[in-house]
Amino acid sequence: MGAPSAERVEQAPARASVQLARRRLADRDGALAWLFVSPAVVYILALVGLPFVLAIAFSLSDVTGGDPSFDWVGLQNFERIFADPVFWRSLRNTFVFTAVSMLLIVVFGKVLANVLIADFKGRWLVRFLVLLPWTTPVALSTITWLWMLDSVFSPIDWVLRTAGLIQTNMFWLGVPHLAMASVITVHVWRLVPLAAVIMMAGLLSIPKDVQEQALVDGAGYWRRMFEITIPLTAPVIAISALFGAIFTFTDMTVVYVLTRGGPTNETQVLASWAFFRGIEGSDIGQGAAIALFLFPLLLAAAIAILRAVRRMEIG
Amino acid sequence: MDGLVVTDADRRRYARRHLAGRIALYVIAVLSALAAAGPFVWAAITTFKQDSDLYRRRNNPFVFNETPTNDHIDLLFNRTGFATFAWNTLWVGVLVVLITLVLSLPAAYSLARLDRPWSGRMGIAIFFVYLVPPTLLFLSLSRLVVALGLQDSTWSLVVIYPTITVPVSVWLLIGFLKTIPKDIEEQAMVDGYSRVGAMVRVVAPLLFPGLVAVVVFAFTLTASEFIYALAFISPSAEKVISTGVPTELVRGDVFFWQSLQAAAVLVAVPIALVFNLFLDRFIAGFTQGAVKG
Repeated sequence: MGAPSAERVEQAPARASVQLARRRLADRDGALAWLFVSPAVVYILALVGLPFVLAIAFSLSDVTGGDPSFDWVGLQNFERIFADPVFWRSLRNTFVFTAVSMLLIVVFGKVLANVLIADFKGRWLVRFLVLLPWTTPVALSTITWLWMLDSVFSPIDWVLRTAGLIQTNMFWLGVPHLAMASVITVHVWRLVPLAAVIMMAGLLSIPKDVQEQALVDGAGYWRRMFEITIPLTAPVIAISALFGAIFTFTDMTVVYVLTRGGPTNETQVLASWAFFRGIEGSDIGQGAAIALFLFPLLLAAAIAILRAVRRMEIG
Repeated sequence: MDGLVVTDADRRRYARRHLAGRIALYVIAVLSALAAAGPFVWAAITTFKQDSDLYRRRNNPFVFNETPTNDHIDLLFNRTGFATFAWNTLWVGVLVVLITLVLSLPAAYSLARLDRPWSGRMGIAIFFVYLVPPTLLFLSLSRLVVALGLQDSTWSLVVIYPTITVPVSVWLLIGFLKTIPKDIEEQAMVDGYSRVGAMVRVVAPLLFPGLVAVVVFAFTLTASEFIYALAFISPSAEKVISTGVPTELVRGDVFFWQSLQAAAVLVAVPIALVFNLFLDRFIAGFTQGAVKG
């Protein structure tokens, strides 16, 4: 970066006119607006828009890994996935997984955010430790859990056994409900730090005098919580819930690493089912149809939450 | 209540409440730290265990019943591609962050500052792109990657990852830009800067916290991504951490547990440290930006 004077009109006439021309473009907001936005838009159109259209086309075709030729089959893929009980199981699991995870993430995230913005000794260390689950690549942290939930050597089981609470191991990932609970636990464990960071931002944005005034007026902790903190941070909570829900709804990493959808598809979610069908099962048409099924649901959820946030901001 | 008359009883009640609050704070802080870091502590212990110590059901899993060993770290570094995976993750991350900044900063500036009639709608459209999940696109993208001749190359990730990071970053940066008063640019332009000059020399430095937030966020997202990395790349030498470690250290039914745990801890700690350095800035930016939106 040069000194500011370099930008000013120069003495040499030729240079001056070139610079004037450049200046004119550099000052024309209308042209600049397009110029600035277009690289990102082109990139997104090419690598999200085009694949998205392609995904729709795949879902209406019989493309497979072995036979990449494209033949139109209409809604056959959708008919086939709707006829498949695994699809409905995955759909139900996706909803259970998302709803339960989000509830826990919002509650724990809120509690954790309150702790992390408070002043106390060792805050730096606590922050560091608390953020670990989120900053670790999910595949690696999930493997750590895979070992923690091992059917024979689980330390959790060892503690429970030693405490005399259980006689035999729990087989966390082998029993349907425990497997689902494990998948949800790991997912919640990993996303709570992010939710807490976002909610910290929300808490810090509340003007200090509002809190102080309430304190002076004699409002207790819970009253301040429900009449000031929660209403004022509701938009942030809603936005982080939106991001989290979308992310959870479409995520498959924890399921893929921990249970591969098992036992017998009890923890299968739509995303993992699409992956197993489309990539590992090579049935690209069906995989695309399953994955595409996510989209209208996402759109509806996003519009609903954005509306709610807007209403709150106006109100 | 008057609020001015404070009796002794009030004061005592207040002190008691304060003490209870502090105790609750410490208890929750310690419990959260344990819950969050517990698996990593356990992983760190496991890393140094001998097989004979690890695979005995009766052994206390939290202590060393036999002498600790370095063998598994040695295996990780010398007999697997761990170093390569780490290096691949790093350079993919750095390039993705650069591409993200180059694409999203001008876009955000345009949408937040150069009020066009379409700015608002375009902003929402870009936000909605974030809703299109990797799980929906990986099938068609893997076709596209083949068409570009990038299959089985780490470069495919460099090209694809910005599709995840750019929408989020544009959205974050719009929020940050809204906190910087417009007068600042107008003043700079009166002083003889062009619009672009004002943006580069005056606005960009003020936007620094926002840029940091974007860098950290984009890098964390990239390092953690799993689905594209899994779908696009199969040769070991081209893999990144999140796919390389599981595939190389899980062979069929054999899990190299100690080395897997070592890898998790070795990757987790540095990223978390860097993230912590920027946490306050991250939050500050977030607060002024997206929230007041």
